[in-house]
Amino acid sequence: MSHYEAPIREPLVLGDKSYHDITEDIAKPIEGAANKNWYIAFYISLAAMLWGFGCIFYTVGTGIGVWGLNKNIGWAWDITNFVWWVGIGHAGTLISAVLLLFRQKWRMAINRSAEAMTIFAVFQAGLFPIIHMGRPWNGYWVLPMPNQFGSLWVNFNSPLLWDVFAISTYLSVSLVFWWTGLLPDFAMIRDRAVKPFQKKIYALLSFGWSGRAKDWQRFEEVSLVLAGLATPLVLSVHTIVSMDFATSINPGWHSTIFPPYFVAGAIFSGFAMVQTLLGIMRKVTNLEDYITRMHIEYMNIVIILTGGIVAVAYATEFFIAWYTGSPYENYTYLSVGAATGPYAWAFWSLIIFNIITPQLLWIKKFRRSFIITFIISIAINIGMWFERFDIIAIVLSKGHLPSTWWRFEPTFVDVGIFVGTIGFFFVLFLLYARTFPVIAQAEVKTILKSSGEFYKKRREQGIPTKPAINVVNVAGTSDKSNKE
Amino acid sequence: MESSKVIHAFYNDDELVLDAVKAVKAEGHHIEEVFCPFPVHGLDKAMGLAPTRLAITAFFYGITGLSFAIWMTNYMMIQDWPQDIGGKPNFSWFTNMPAFVPIMFELTVFFAAHLMVITFYMRSRIWPFKEAENPDPRTTDDHFLMEIPVHNNEAEITALLAKTGAVEINVVDKH
Repeated sequence: MSHYEAPIREPLVLGDKSYHDITEDIAKPIEGAANKNWYIAFYISLAAMLWGFGCIFYTVGTGIGVWGLNKNIGWAWDITNFVWWVGIGHAGTLISAVLLLFRQKWRMAINRSAEAMTIFAVFQAGLFPIIHMGRPWNGYWVLPMPNQFGSLWVNFNSPLLWDVFAISTYLSVSLVFWWTGLLPDFAMIRDRAVKPFQKKIYALLSFGWSGRAKDWQRFEEVSLVLAGLATPLVLSVHTIVSMDFATSINPGWHSTIFPPYFVAGAIFSGFAMVQTLLGIMRKVTNLEDYITRMHIEYMNIVIILTGGIVAVAYATEFFIAWYTGSPYENYTYLSVGAATGPYAWAFWSLIIFNIITPQLLWIKKFRRSFIITFIISIAINIGMWFERFDIIAIVLSKGHLPSTWWRFEPTFVDVGIFVGTIGFFFVLFLLYARTFPVIAQAEVKTILKSSGEFYKKRREQGIPTKPAINVVNVAGTSDKSNKE
Repeated sequence: MESSKVIHAFYNDDELVLDAVKAVKAEGHHIEEVFCPFPVHGLDKAMGLAPTRLAITAFFYGITGLSFAIWMTNYMMIQDWPQDIGGKPNFSWFTNMPAFVPIMFELTVFFAAHLMVITFYMRSRIWPFKEAENPDPRTTDDHFLMEIPVHNNEAEITALLAKTGAVEINVVDKH
């Protein structure tokens, strides 16, 4: 129940909330009508999504020659976008799994939306390898199944196949983790729905959750074990994505620090995207009492930490490239050659957006400011995109022979598909924000007494959190023969 | 004939319901069920529920996934169609094993997580199109409902429940 919490800790739920108030606040965005801003955002996202789908159809119909690839740079924007989206998809399960193991109560206000973001981001990521196949209808060839080609199996030595297993395990386990946590909250919406259709939908989504004591006991056990399983899973996914590069023998890619550095970068960009989304969501859904300044500050601290790891990794890569004395290393993505060559703009974008800008978060005032956090989070999103672009395009643009010195220039199709996935992502997220309980209300209720502002104040005044017993008149109890 | 009457006692506070469960248990009454809007720590122990064994099943599901991954990589890469891929040794499964570690790890997690959740859904009887069984819609909002079967001792139990801070006490026929 209410575990002791030091009075010096800031409350996680502001205002004089009761359990019922939490229900009301979380249900309100679902039961109310969408406002004009929601529709504007939705239609812009929808237009971007449709444009992206058009570009995908054009790509599939004509062939991937419509992209800006050439004989030397065989993948560029697509893999950049893939890694970028997978990275964004790291914060959700990190928040819900790792922070659960560390018993961080502040996760409860943000885990639901962060996980939704994870799942939607991994959808976008998954699109790119499938489109890049050129013949997406043959996509099932990546699965280990008997086939008509003389039982030739998939190649388990290949990091690309490890990716297939890592991403699909990550997506499906995240989805199940998310949905299991949603059941009690869907049940809450179901039990207060007045429109029959709405009641039916939420009854279906809640899987008939009834909230028995035994169910809750199992629910908590399952959450804990899933968190234990998902924690190494989160770390494995970007490790394996980094192996797509690290197991190759290209200078600039063949690097043993890639796995930890990619994981840190993924958490860095994932938290930045959570800041971007929640900065807006807490306002439009009136959930400022739940997603407080302190939540924003805590996420910013994680951003400083992971951003610091990324900065150290950059410095190491830069130093080692120089220290080898090898001329081939002088055109890896972090080298003097990259900083002064034709891709200098991409190099410096990376440094400015990813390393310099986030340092502002060392200042407490900035860390607790919603607007500055929002701006920095956008900068990190851009910076992390450039990181992947630099790793891929700059490294590939200068091979060992001058005849392999080519540059990558994106076409409108490259840009269009990328914009389309951003649109698709926001379409999904906007629909989610209108139809799903965006905060894990059952979990928040468990911490109301230990971390709510109201109860914290009462405890300071020496008032117990347990209410006084008000004995009801026994004679007044009703005798109902029918079940309600 | 066995009475099918039960008492539904409502509480609106988690600490009160926990005390009430302990009080009812101390008086030797059987508690059929407690419906809660959110987990109350210690409630399962107070009610005398056995600990769940789901974590143990997850362990065995994980072992199953690991074994499956070992069997699959061995059959496909070593037995059925061995190939020279980048000079990676494939004389035996063990020499090729480092390349299979990611697959072994992912399948362990995949099996453990999914089969455990499926087991949870089956054991707790929750699945799509399942009808909810909480007797009152308030139990997913802010009310706790304790269900106690009665055997001609309504008055005694009702008095006890009222003393523990129940906000509403109904005697209902359970179908």
